[in-house]
Amino acid sequence: MSQVAEAPTRSGVESYEGLRLRSLTKQFAAFTAVKSLDLDVPTGSFFALLGPSGCGKTTTLRMVAGLETPTSGTITLSGKDITWEKPYRRPVNTVFQNYALFPHLDIYENVAFGLRRRKSKEVDKAVREMLDLVELDTQARKKPAQLSGGQQQRVALARALINSPEVLLLDEPLGALDLKLRRAMQIEIKRIQTEVGLTFVHVTHDQEEAMTMADTIAVMNAGVIEQMGAPAELYDNPQTTFVANFLGQSNLIEGTVRGREGDVVKVDMQGTIASIPTERAHVSGTDGELGWVGIRPEKVLIAEVGESLDAPGSSIPGGVVSDVSFVGVSTQYLVRMPWGQEIQVFEQNTGRRRLFRQGESVDISWRPEYSFLLDHNQDATAGVDKEDAAS
Amino acid sequence: MNSSWQRFSRWLKAHLVLIGGLLVIVYMFIPISVVVLMSFNKPDSKLVYKFDAFTLQNWLHPCADPSMCHAVRRSIEIGLLATIVATVLGTLMAFALVRHRFEGRGAANLIIFMPMASPEIVMGSSLLALFVASGFGGQLGFGTILIAHIMFCLSFVVVTVRARLAGLDNNLEQAAMDLYATEAQTFRRITFPLVFPGILGAALLSFSLSFDDFIITNLNAGNTTTFPMYVWGVAQRGVPMQVNVIGTLMFIISIVIVVGAEINRRRQEKALA
Repeated sequence: MSQVAEAPTRSGVESYEGLRLRSLTKQFAAFTAVKSLDLDVPTGSFFALLGPSGCGKTTTLRMVAGLETPTSGTITLSGKDITWEKPYRRPVNTVFQNYALFPHLDIYENVAFGLRRRKSKEVDKAVREMLDLVELDTQARKKPAQLSGGQQQRVALARALINSPEVLLLDEPLGALDLKLRRAMQIEIKRIQTEVGLTFVHVTHDQEEAMTMADTIAVMNAGVIEQMGAPAELYDNPQTTFVANFLGQSNLIEGTVRGREGDVVKVDMQGTIASIPTERAHVSGTDGELGWVGIRPEKVLIAEVGESLDAPGSSIPGGVVSDVSFVGVSTQYLVRMPWGQEIQVFEQNTGRRRLFRQGESVDISWRPEYSFLLDHNQDATAGVDKEDAAS
Repeated sequence: MNSSWQRFSRWLKAHLVLIGGLLVIVYMFIPISVVVLMSFNKPDSKLVYKFDAFTLQNWLHPCADPSMCHAVRRSIEIGLLATIVATVLGTLMAFALVRHRFEGRGAANLIIFMPMASPEIVMGSSLLALFVASGFGGQLGFGTILIAHIMFCLSFVVVTVRARLAGLDNNLEQAAMDLYATEAQTFRRITFPLVFPGILGAALLSFSLSFDDFIITNLNAGNTTTFPMYVWGVAQRGVPMQVNVIGTLMFIISIVIVVGAEINRRRQEKALA
């Protein structure tokens, strides 16, 4: 129906086996929740949509489930256009944020619901197997309200999984659980995904959860995907300040590009010249351009003044420790630099070195190949204050 | 001596709430127990409310006064019809008010309370004025009573079902659709079973409101006599003891319904445990 949607999709659609979104857009009155999203989720992958509340990730998921109608764009699954298909006609199942278990049906009937609607034979065998898989075989005749939060979560998972959907959608499935249980369920869900080999699309605002579970993460912000890739790739080489700050923490230091030299970009960073590998420099690289030099706190080394450090290239003198917090596995320092900025430093508690005290003068340093260079037009604080509220 | 007093006061403290509760129950049930007692009474005089002698005659011949049984039948007919119509209409209204966003929804939500809030005498007399003004003054009777009863039952049904619906998680229906249930299956398997207790409660409430109503009914009844009107009419001449039989029966029926529902609930729970 829309020419915009047809032109780019026709060619590739038939051949693509996974879930494919093309120019997917959703507007609510004056607010655009999802802006022309393009996304490919390969079959069998564990895919995470990560972003803060209101970034459009849940809306995207609901459009895939058929619970929300896109304003424009297309959704295809194994080459079949399902954009306008009713939710009950899609080979897609959802694990809802608050589980949405049917309170008047027992666990067995909750799990059997999808199979019964499709007039499947062997309902009993399938339900028994599924309850076994999620270790709830003894709870089959209880009502949802009689189970604990973690058990309810597993019922919600079983109820969706039993239908062997082509894509399983998980909408903040662990948000209601306490930290310990959440960790356990992360591993559990990952195990089940490996076991059944289905495509999982997982929506979350918890970056640790996304990194633990997913093999591909798409970081979403304000209706668009900022960056997509494997967790380590995103973490080590973020392309935007939002990704640098939302996924873990970053120090972003203002610098001026001083030209390319071989496969590095030279940056004058407050008087120190830093060499950043070209594949990590996400700027145009013209001489005199401003940029943000980014370095993860655990990559920053801290040492006494004049002490030699295992980091050739970017040693920066003149720091003063302004805050120390010892958290056991590591010590987190804030070091005030001569230009006024506070740099975060995480030092592993190897027992080899002493703690620095507040007010002590220190040198800091890092290996230049660990740093990255970002566009100065981006807000250095984007994505910093990540909210734990679920969207 | 002293220690036994202490033990008693400790017992009293521990059971204070229980004792209070029992007193309230006794307070509520004394009038009903009088009704039950009087249904076995064989009075010497028609005008004296006094238990004179025990008899089963009232129970064996409840229709000794045929006009009373006639009135009871009228009340049951009106009650059932009003309940059915009000429950169906009210449930539909509740769905509209909770599920759909439309122009004037806020106003509708407010107005639905009006019949509950306005005095019955006002409603009754204004209905009468309406019927007479629109030319139905000569046809007052079963039909006008039914219209009046449906009207005042409606608000109660809407309010009861609406509360139940509002408490229903929207996600449940979406989850059902996600699990391959069509719109019709979703309504039959999820929405209706979950709202049903509210609808049932609304229907029971409607019936008892209708069966009970005197003021509005009396104003719009014409020559028709309902049970409450009959009782009022004979009250000056001495109420026949059979009225107590009907009262006792109604009480027993409601107890059976409530206890039955409770037993059913417990049995379900036990089956799960």
